[in-house]
Amino acid sequence: MEFSAPQIAHEVLWPAYVVFGAALLGVLGEAFLPRRRRFVGQVAIATLGLIGGLVGTALVALDLPSVGSDDVAAYGVTTVGDTVALDGPTMFLWGLVLLLGLGGVGLFAERRLESGLSAFAGQAAALPGTEAERKASTEGLDHTEVYPLLMFAVVGMMLFPAANDLLTLFVALEVLSLPLYLLCGLSRRRRLLSQEAAMKYFLLGAFSSGFVIYGIALVYGFSGSMSYAAVTEAVRAGDSGSVLLLTGLGMITVGMLFKVGAVPFHAWTPDVYQGAPTAVTAFMSAATKVAAFGATLRLFYVAFGSERWTWQPMLWVVAIITMLVGAVLAVSQTDVKRMLAYSSIAHTGFILTGLIGLRDTAEVGPAEITSLQAVLFYLVTYSFATLGAFALVGVVRDDSGEVTAMARWAGLGRRSPVVAGVFALFLLSMAGIPLTAGFVGKWAVFAVAVSAGAWPVVVVALASSMIAVFFYVRVILLMYFTADPDPSKAGSADVGVGGDAALAGASSSTEAERGTVTVRSRARVADAVRVETPSLATVVVIAVCVGVTVLLGVMPGPVLDLAGSVGTFIR
Amino acid sequence: MTPYIVLSAILFAIGAAGVLIRRNAIVVFMCVELMLNASNLALVSFARQNGNLEGQVAAFFVMVVAAAEVVVGLAIIMTIFRTRRSASVDDASLLKY
Repeated sequence: MEFSAPQIAHEVLWPAYVVFGAALLGVLGEAFLPRRRRFVGQVAIATLGLIGGLVGTALVALDLPSVGSDDVAAYGVTTVGDTVALDGPTMFLWGLVLLLGLGGVGLFAERRLESGLSAFAGQAAALPGTEAERKASTEGLDHTEVYPLLMFAVVGMMLFPAANDLLTLFVALEVLSLPLYLLCGLSRRRRLLSQEAAMKYFLLGAFSSGFVIYGIALVYGFSGSMSYAAVTEAVRAGDSGSVLLLTGLGMITVGMLFKVGAVPFHAWTPDVYQGAPTAVTAFMSAATKVAAFGATLRLFYVAFGSERWTWQPMLWVVAIITMLVGAVLAVSQTDVKRMLAYSSIAHTGFILTGLIGLRDTAEVGPAEITSLQAVLFYLVTYSFATLGAFALVGVVRDDSGEVTAMARWAGLGRRSPVVAGVFALFLLSMAGIPLTAGFVGKWAVFAVAVSAGAWPVVVVALASSMIAVFFYVRVILLMYFTADPDPSKAGSADVGVGGDAALAGASSSTEAERGTVTVRSRARVADAVRVETPSLATVVVIAVCVGVTVLLGVMPGPVLDLAGSVGTFIR
Repeated sequence: MTPYIVLSAILFAIGAAGVLIRRNAIVVFMCVELMLNASNLALVSFARQNGNLEGQVAAFFVMVVAAAEVVVGLAIIMTIFRTRRSASVDDASLLKY
């Protein structure tokens, strides 16, 4: 057997090199920078790396060669022996992931809320509640490794939607997941919850990647090659009902649906979103979904495009139950982060609705939006609203850290009108109220699904949108129209508050009040909820998210056109 | 070729069942590794059947990924064991509903 070196298009791949190089530089910085300079050094390396990648992506995207035919526009190249496809949609997703990465760095670098310390554990190896942990805090130790970890996750997220080969898909999946498992477990407060979230995410994630690789092996057995092009050929030429193909397709789908958090593979989502440090949740919920949907789109449209009649009905069912389960379970949540997690599950269902709107290019009229365009646009609207919403959850605090129990958000609108107003804006956008970005996104995915004949899914989507409006508006009512809970009336506090504060007590400072009162009532008399002023970086991140959400609602044209002008996936 | 594929399917099923049944996080994790190794066997068998090297190369990548996963996984399981004095996946149940 002969081996020939693959051609590598460095001139198109270099934005990814910049980000990867910055990640490696961050590892070296961790080893060689003195401890006091690490924070500034790491933030600078990560920010510059991401901005460099962003500029590079823009330059490369403007310069992609056209490979489309007369009726279908497509731009880009496949490189490294056709394992990586760098085309318009890839560049769009790269830009989005890098922007979200910058937002993530901004939130990770927040040190004002914890009075000079980051939201990450001073020393992850120190046991919660021990002398070693207190010492790590007082000495101001900090895990600056989080920045290289974020950068490696971003590299994985860039490779994931570009994967044009089943093996590359698997490797990218792991590269993006492994750093996230670690980041989830590094919270400074509520460390038991954080560690539990990391373990659940890790075990379930590893389980699902086991399914992916076995599915890949089966599809490889069917088609004789890993590349998407060869898989398409084999599906066209061969027996499309083959057991190997169908089982393999099903198992790969399990892994992809796990990553995007679709029902019935959603069980990890609320636990991990709640337990992980809020900055990590913000980054992960937005960026992972973008990357995973990018990869899913390419997998289904390019590799299994000719097997469409097999996977579309399956995804119909998944989309329907995902939207319903996400919306219905969100109604009963008492924790803000968990509520947002269930809402993100519902959004996965809406994005899947756009995904099943795939039609043959000949069927799509010139003025109609394509399924790819709708999904890309929805990802933009969803990711910025989610990033902003979780960033805001981080600034509502009391002495024991973030306050996520919903009952304690009551009356926030009167005390901090700006924060409550911005949070309400994100919720309204997620609910899909007109004049916010979410409305245009929903309209786009529903439109493509209807024109592909998936109207039953759209009916369910409309119904679950209405359920969703209920729980989003409930939070808004709570913030604006519910009386401020008086801290002195301990008896009226919600039970959830007691449990929440008791958990927080594992590593926080309620010892001072010990003695005369019981644990439960001590937790209830916890100090009032307040909105603290975050650092400039967090403010900028939230402001950008607000800007995107409003602008895309009022003037969706430019981004919708951009998502349309990227052309289709190249094959 | 079929016996090897059947064997790999059996190994994969044992691994998946182990993940769902066993309570110790380390054993659960070992079962995940069994699933990955079952995939390796399938990949190598299919590579032989198809007469190309892609499957064998993929098996190497899976080994590398499995090694990286062990590093991350054992770190997470060890922290949680040190905190809780237990590696049981049933004990870690603060996050629910």
